[in-house]
Amino acid sequence: MHFTPHRTLALALASGLAILPLAACNRTSSSTSATGSSAKKITLAVSTLNNPFFVSLKDGAVAEAKAEGVTLNVVDAQNDAATQANQLANAQSQNVQAVIVNPVDSDGAGAPVKALNTAKIPVIAVDRTVNGAKVASFIASDNVAGGQQAAAELGKLLGGKGDIIVLQGTAGTSAARDRGKGFTEGMKSFPGIKIVATQTANFDRTQGLDVTTNLMQANPSVVGIFAENDEMALGAIQALTAAGKAGKVLVTAIDGTADGMTAIVAGTLLETIAQQPDFMGKTAVDYCVTLAGGGTVPSGFTASPLIEITKTNVSQYQ
Amino acid sequence: MSNTQETKPTPHPTPTADVKSTGAKIADFASDNGALVGLLVLCLGMFIATPDFLTPNNLLNVGIQASVVAILAFGQTFVIVTAGIDLSVGSVAALSAMVAAFTGQSWGMPPLVALLFGLLTGLAAGMISGAATAYGKLPPFIATLAMLSVARGLTLVVSNGIPIPTPSVVTWLGGDVGPIPMPVIVMLVMGALGWFTLNRLSIGRAMYAVGGNLEAARLSGIPVKRVLVTVYALSGIFAAVAGLVLSGRLASAQPQAATGYELDSIAAVVIGGASLAGGVGRISGTLIGALVLAVIRNGLNLLNVSAFWQQVIIGLVIAVAVGIDVLRRKRT
Repeated sequence: MHFTPHRTLALALASGLAILPLAACNRTSSSTSATGSSAKKITLAVSTLNNPFFVSLKDGAVAEAKAEGVTLNVVDAQNDAATQANQLANAQSQNVQAVIVNPVDSDGAGAPVKALNTAKIPVIAVDRTVNGAKVASFIASDNVAGGQQAAAELGKLLGGKGDIIVLQGTAGTSAARDRGKGFTEGMKSFPGIKIVATQTANFDRTQGLDVTTNLMQANPSVVGIFAENDEMALGAIQALTAAGKAGKVLVTAIDGTADGMTAIVAGTLLETIAQQPDFMGKTAVDYCVTLAGGGTVPSGFTASPLIEITKTNVSQYQ
Repeated sequence: MSNTQETKPTPHPTPTADVKSTGAKIADFASDNGALVGLLVLCLGMFIATPDFLTPNNLLNVGIQASVVAILAFGQTFVIVTAGIDLSVGSVAALSAMVAAFTGQSWGMPPLVALLFGLLTGLAAGMISGAATAYGKLPPFIATLAMLSVARGLTLVVSNGIPIPTPSVVTWLGGDVGPIPMPVIVMLVMGALGWFTLNRLSIGRAMYAVGGNLEAARLSGIPVKRVLVTVYALSGIFAAVAGLVLSGRLASAQPQAATGYELDSIAAVVIGGASLAGGVGRISGTLIGALVLAVIRNGLNLLNVSAFWQQVIIGLVIAVAVGIDVLRRKRT
């Protein structure tokens, strides 16, 4: 006889009903149900929560949402642009009042955000722009200025000469593009410094480690490294430690994460230009609440202030 | 002695099977269509859990979100029916989309020609995997694993790691025609083509034969090697179509697109009732499998279950589906 129908149904039922208890214990900040009650609903679509920078951003947003009494749904695209497109479409189904998006890819977010534009749901972009669609506001650090500041400090402490390498972020993101642009501009003031290699490590620590190991092999005379984010810098520092050069090769980065500041105290990281991701998250939620209430927010770019962190002031920010 | 149940082996003029109770009929339907029942129960569960699920807009979203994996899975069905496996479909999808975008933008090809380049890329990749398996005697797992790496690498080479905007016709494939999303239409068209191939063409019958018993198929005159190459070539073409739809949705061919989608395609085929040992599998089952995965993801998303837990649940569903497959094979 063929497979028992009971077992099929039982297993199907089990997998279906397994959803329900999870649904119950995962209804986090929302006390009200998803029906059209007066509680405002906002979706925060993050590119990835595998990066402490975006975790801080999320934390800032969550804290502000709690303070303002709005429901915040956080979704994580795990760095896949298609997953993010799906999540943005689902936000529309949930009839949220506003969406905060941190694009996986600035181009890839265009089509899904355009759909939100058509549905008249306001969108705020954080940290990376959206190309090809309208956003009510764009909140990010002035990444160009950040790159320039990192260049200034590195150039000064290298005495204006030497070979350096640059670790780039994920190609296609405005963050990577702008920091790179700022750094190159800043380096023009130090004609004695030569950038011997520029490679991407995709904002990832492990890739930073691997790429730096390889570049140091090819360029053993390198005296300085600029990484477009803390995670890559920390990977680079691991590579330098393995080569016995930690603290001797000067490293600067941008982000100001907790691990980055630990490295500054340890003397392996020279300087990090701290962003304030929690400020970005908080401001984004603020703007959403204003928009949902019918108010207006500054259109265009809202700069989130940068803080230069070196050994002298790191204790204030830890 | 007179009122024992009818256990005599003598043939009856009317088979007792005709007179089944309704309950038994439903049970039969359920056992033959376990995946469909599972899907319906899932939808019911989602509807109870959140009213946002059963809106027309959301159901369309589920269709769109299922489309890419479904198209990949249709191609994968052919391969799994022949007792093979194609691990390269995600990478081939990304490569095809990237080639289409690249030829459109950097070589200035007209959109339809660029689209053709994309399709040919999938075909070529599939034929290479198929030849490596059939003539090179590599196990399909290894041949397609190698292609997974090579195709992904080539995608990065062609794109230089940077996303490229898609040609207009590809963007159209990812967009809407009035209220109807094109990805859903493409999914249904590819499903129909897949069904036609498996059920109405002789190559389809040959696929089942090769998967059921390779030696017997060979001895009965089926050109096994050519069938295998065709099967992987088809998988490659379907992957190319999936990649084009995927990139069309974003209007951008991404170098890391479809990473890991091969596992979803295999899961969809297996949930749909195919056997990894070959010889068993249906396009309709695969479609249901893809919908099950999409409903789970969409529903969990609407319920704000974290993405990490979503992965755990999907893994469990796959394990359960394969468990049913193993149990079913043991009993027959």
